[in-house]
Amino acid sequence: MGDPLFWHRLQFGFTITYHYLFPQLTMGLAFIIVVLKALGLKTGEARYMEAARFWIRIFGINFAVGVVTGIPMEFQFGTNWAEFSRISGGVIGQSLAMEGMFAFFLESSFLGLLVWGEKKLSPRAHFGAAIALWIGSWLSGYFIIVTNAFMQHPVGYTVTPEGIFQLTSFWAFILNPWAFAQYAHNMLATVVTGSFVVAAVGAFWALKGLYPEQARLNLKVGVILGFIFSVLLAFPTGDIAGKMVAKYQPVSLAAMEGRFDSGPFADLVMVGQPNVAEARIDNPIRVPAVLSFLAYGSFSANVKGLKDFPRDQWPTSIEMLYYAYHIMVGLGTLLILIMAIGLLLSWKGRLATARPMLWVLMLAFPFPYIATTAGWAVAEFGRQPWLIYGLLRTAKGASPTVHSGATIFTSLGFAGIYLVLGFLFLYLIGREVAHGPASHTQKA
Amino acid sequence: MEMLWFWLVSVLMAIYVVMDGFDFGAGILHLFVAKTNEERREVLGAVGPLWDGNEVWLLAGGGSLFLAFPKVLAAGFSGFYLALFLVLWFLLLRAISIEFRSHVQDVLWRQLWDAGFSVASIVLPVLLGAALGNVLRGVPLDASGYFSLPLWTHFWVTPWPGILDWYTVLIGVFALVTMAAHGSLFLAWKTQGPVHDRSVALSMKLWGAVVVIWLVATVASFGVTPGLFQNLPRSPLAWLAVIIFVAGLVSVFVGVRRQKYLMAFLGSGAFILGILAATAACVYPVMLKSTLDPAYSLTAQNALAGRIGLNAALGWWFIAFVIVLGYYTYLFRFHRGKVKAAAEGEGY
Repeated sequence: MGDPLFWHRLQFGFTITYHYLFPQLTMGLAFIIVVLKALGLKTGEARYMEAARFWIRIFGINFAVGVVTGIPMEFQFGTNWAEFSRISGGVIGQSLAMEGMFAFFLESSFLGLLVWGEKKLSPRAHFGAAIALWIGSWLSGYFIIVTNAFMQHPVGYTVTPEGIFQLTSFWAFILNPWAFAQYAHNMLATVVTGSFVVAAVGAFWALKGLYPEQARLNLKVGVILGFIFSVLLAFPTGDIAGKMVAKYQPVSLAAMEGRFDSGPFADLVMVGQPNVAEARIDNPIRVPAVLSFLAYGSFSANVKGLKDFPRDQWPTSIEMLYYAYHIMVGLGTLLILIMAIGLLLSWKGRLATARPMLWVLMLAFPFPYIATTAGWAVAEFGRQPWLIYGLLRTAKGASPTVHSGATIFTSLGFAGIYLVLGFLFLYLIGREVAHGPASHTQKA
Repeated sequence: MEMLWFWLVSVLMAIYVVMDGFDFGAGILHLFVAKTNEERREVLGAVGPLWDGNEVWLLAGGGSLFLAFPKVLAAGFSGFYLALFLVLWFLLLRAISIEFRSHVQDVLWRQLWDAGFSVASIVLPVLLGAALGNVLRGVPLDASGYFSLPLWTHFWVTPWPGILDWYTVLIGVFALVTMAAHGSLFLAWKTQGPVHDRSVALSMKLWGAVVVIWLVATVASFGVTPGLFQNLPRSPLAWLAVIIFVAGLVSVFVGVRRQKYLMAFLGSGAFILGILAATAACVYPVMLKSTLDPAYSLTAQNALAGRIGLNAALGWWFIAFVIVLGYYTYLFRFHRGKVKAAAEGEGY
């Protein structure tokens, strides 16, 4: 318990997990708002603009919480991970500074215009503000993923004799192939989260018999986008991301799959608990040879097991990695299934009255959040025991002068503050959803 | 190269203080110049569309420090660990106070967030000013390139001080009063009616206090760091900075007298920018001074990142900066003139 490294990891892990609950909806909704407004401008139908207006109000609250939980992330590079920052700041400082200069200014400048400016701006100018927020939030996502990609698959750098990382190729760093794969997968997931939230609100209104026109519109937009994007999330992007791991982090792949022994025709483990001490999976359900095909495109490909890697290269928490990966994949499949049924019913014009399915859609919105959280857990637990893959151990990256007394204090502080913040957020969002799509002034 | 990046980082930080400074100032005065709900919405309407962008200057400055001087960021952020978490928590309180207040039309709800906005706006300048005080006074950096400071020890300036000692608290109070004075002119410019009148009435008192504390702080800085002003006569940039802040101060007093509040507000921005630039010119090239041995100090030379990265960054940095100036021009033109009270449910 007194190990500062444990507390630095817990603090960063907790604050980043909590933070990312908000930007994923910000990025997903930013895209959906652009779609709604584009449809509204094209068709001239008021219902699209009314839906956009409602989601912009949700966006405003969600964005604020994303900002306030995001600033601690920027600080923690220096406060908790000072050695990491000192060693690699010349490289990852680039993308983090670019995020501020290119993305945050764009978002913050146009947020007020999007949230409060509809009456003062022309419809096209207001649409422009929505596009600015979409581009800004998605750019921000790219710079963060480039930073993470350098930690997963370092490129474009050199190490000085003093052990400091320096950039040798800006473009190699910014165009890291790992970043492309991860970015595509991640951004599709944000739209899936957004679609599930939109569909859940539509389902809630439909079940309550409220605002029937808006309920139908939100259900329809939610299931169409949700189906398209959850399919793309699995294939091709999830597949490409998996093949990246197989190529560059084979030991992580073995741990994710709970694979201890090497060999061709590798089984895919669907269910089972990894027993690391005994090096086996308890009560497994397996599909023969599928893992070889998924990882390397051939059923006969050899997939190395953990036993073929030195012990000090093993991910530090094989069990967490295994579960995170299986939860992500399992939920990802479930998300496609739910949206496929929803789309089918919507196609037949029966979705708004299919009460059991409305219940499912209303209650399913936490699943994409869990799946994205699990997905990031796969990436980050899979990177262990490295902070920068193959180059810098996590244990060597923490701040040397910060003791666990300080970190425990601030971790407890964050736990309390984020609990209160979560209640406030849910209260405000709940009020908006209950209040419905009409603007506040129209009601009053 | 090191001089260029030293100034880029310093300029971003100084812009941050000027920009977020006026919304901090509005927050400090919030409970005093605005009494009714309508008046408070007027203050929040003035800062609401701008505060978030203003805060990005801090992230841009911090990001540029990270990429150009990673050692300074690593030592400074981990050394001021507890103080920075206090800064984070108060930034969080301040942001949600501004953003959440308007969503519920309830007296208690609004009083809560008015108080949150005000308290956070008062505490933050003291903490950030104290941080500047620490940079001027120096910290116990040792051969490892790191240091660790408790929040306070005995409030005396020694080689092993706390983050808060009498000197850094003095700089913190100077920052608080300066931000309040800066914010009073912003509100004088942007508001009308009772909020405007109260802001104008307060502004002259506050600026009187700024001048007095500034003189005290300058003498104290000389006492704590006798070598601080050695650079001054030799640095043309320092003289330029001195001219800017003196001109700013004059235009504050002239602007208020002639009731040209935009002129006064710009003058107060120039005063803050100039005083920070002069400070940067005085400390250059030292970025984090060691109280133990000058050889351990982190300077623009010994903390500079690799050349290839910095060359690439210069390219995109200037492009980004020009784009940002474009956003700001549009934003300030869009919000030009006095704040108009928005209908309930629309705006802050």
